[in-house]
Amino acid sequence: MSSPLQAFTNGIYKENPTFRLLLGMCPTIAASMAVSNGIGMGLAATFVLIGSNLIISLLRSVIPSEIRIPCYIVVIATFVTIVDLVMNAFLPELHAVLGVFVPLIVVNCIILARAEAFASKNGPVASIMDGLGMGLGFTVALIVLSAIREPLATGVILAAADFGFDGIRLFPQRYAMAIVNQPVGGFITLGLAIGAVNLITSKKKSKGSHGAQGGAGK
Amino acid sequence: MKQLLVILFSQALVNNYMLARILGTCPFIGVSQQFETATGMSLAVVFVMTMASVITWLVQHFILNPLGMAYLQTVSFILVIAALVQLIEMVIKKNSPGLYRALGIYLPLITTNCAVLGVAIINISSNYNLIESAVSGAAGGLGWGLAIMLFAAIRERQRLAPISQAMQGFPIALVTTGLLAMAFLGFSGFDVARFIGL
Repeated sequence: MSSPLQAFTNGIYKENPTFRLLLGMCPTIAASMAVSNGIGMGLAATFVLIGSNLIISLLRSVIPSEIRIPCYIVVIATFVTIVDLVMNAFLPELHAVLGVFVPLIVVNCIILARAEAFASKNGPVASIMDGLGMGLGFTVALIVLSAIREPLATGVILAAADFGFDGIRLFPQRYAMAIVNQPVGGFITLGLAIGAVNLITSKKKSKGSHGAQGGAGK
Repeated sequence: MKQLLVILFSQALVNNYMLARILGTCPFIGVSQQFETATGMSLAVVFVMTMASVITWLVQHFILNPLGMAYLQTVSFILVIAALVQLIEMVIKKNSPGLYRALGIYLPLITTNCAVLGVAIINISSNYNLIESAVSGAAGGLGWGLAIMLFAAIRERQRLAPISQAMQGFPIALVTTGLLAMAFLGFSGFDVARFIGL
């Protein structure tokens, strides 16, 4: 049993789902093309995480352990359907850009992993905090990646079609590299970002005795 | 017939599930250490994606649409796919031990492959009929398999290369995938329909 606060902070850095646990790669790459997409996907996943963690934690003594995975999937899929319908109604542009990745939140390994590893063993309050922490950790990771990719690809940051906001132009269009917005840029940015986080962590660990080796090639 | 060819090429190469649509990254990186395991996984994915395309199409058009419950798509599809994978595993285990030895350990992993649910949803949203859905599923699986086999072959060589400690494992695998995706970018914008004169 961990305290609710510990459960919350755990997800943001120490067990960050994207950079430390390496879960949920597909939506991370697909939704980090623009900061607004990243925030939208992050918050949608956070909502599903909190909801499914709460329900699964409340039902943890009722669900038989042999069929727990299908039970978890039904709970998760219900919340994903809610997000899908709400996003389609209120943020149609975002829904169109994220496309198939909105219903695919259901197979995001972060959510099933937290249901299995945390919510099925802990009380409702701790589970909500765990869901919130993991969800925000995922959102932060998406914001970091999209804040690198969006300006490099378009020269603009914070563009949000749903709110009619064109974003802030950092440099002229003709210097932009459209390839960064392609899957190519996503894979490479994520790889280098995880490498950089590894480098920072290993430097912290080996402070004093011997310096960390290697560079993240950036 | 030509329409099916268009679907085959566009699902397998132009819109490759792994390298252009970014679906199925977890097993792509997880099961690509060796060429043989990658081959086994690809066969299992082709098989399951084809079956899942057919079954989910039937569910959508004979259960969800007549009852006006299209909003239950996500819930029903994921359950159907999970049950299907379980069923396939049991049938293969009983009837064909050889195939089970080849695919057995990969089948449970496939439920977490988002490309399978992805192909089911994409088939419905593209308004494919039953045959087109089946072809699209098989083509999607073949494309994903092609990508993971290429990648596994690269990774076998990469094991001998000196890689800085921070980049070892996952990070370098992602960067490599990025370069592979860049090669597949050559297919993007390729108009298959015009090429075969449709």
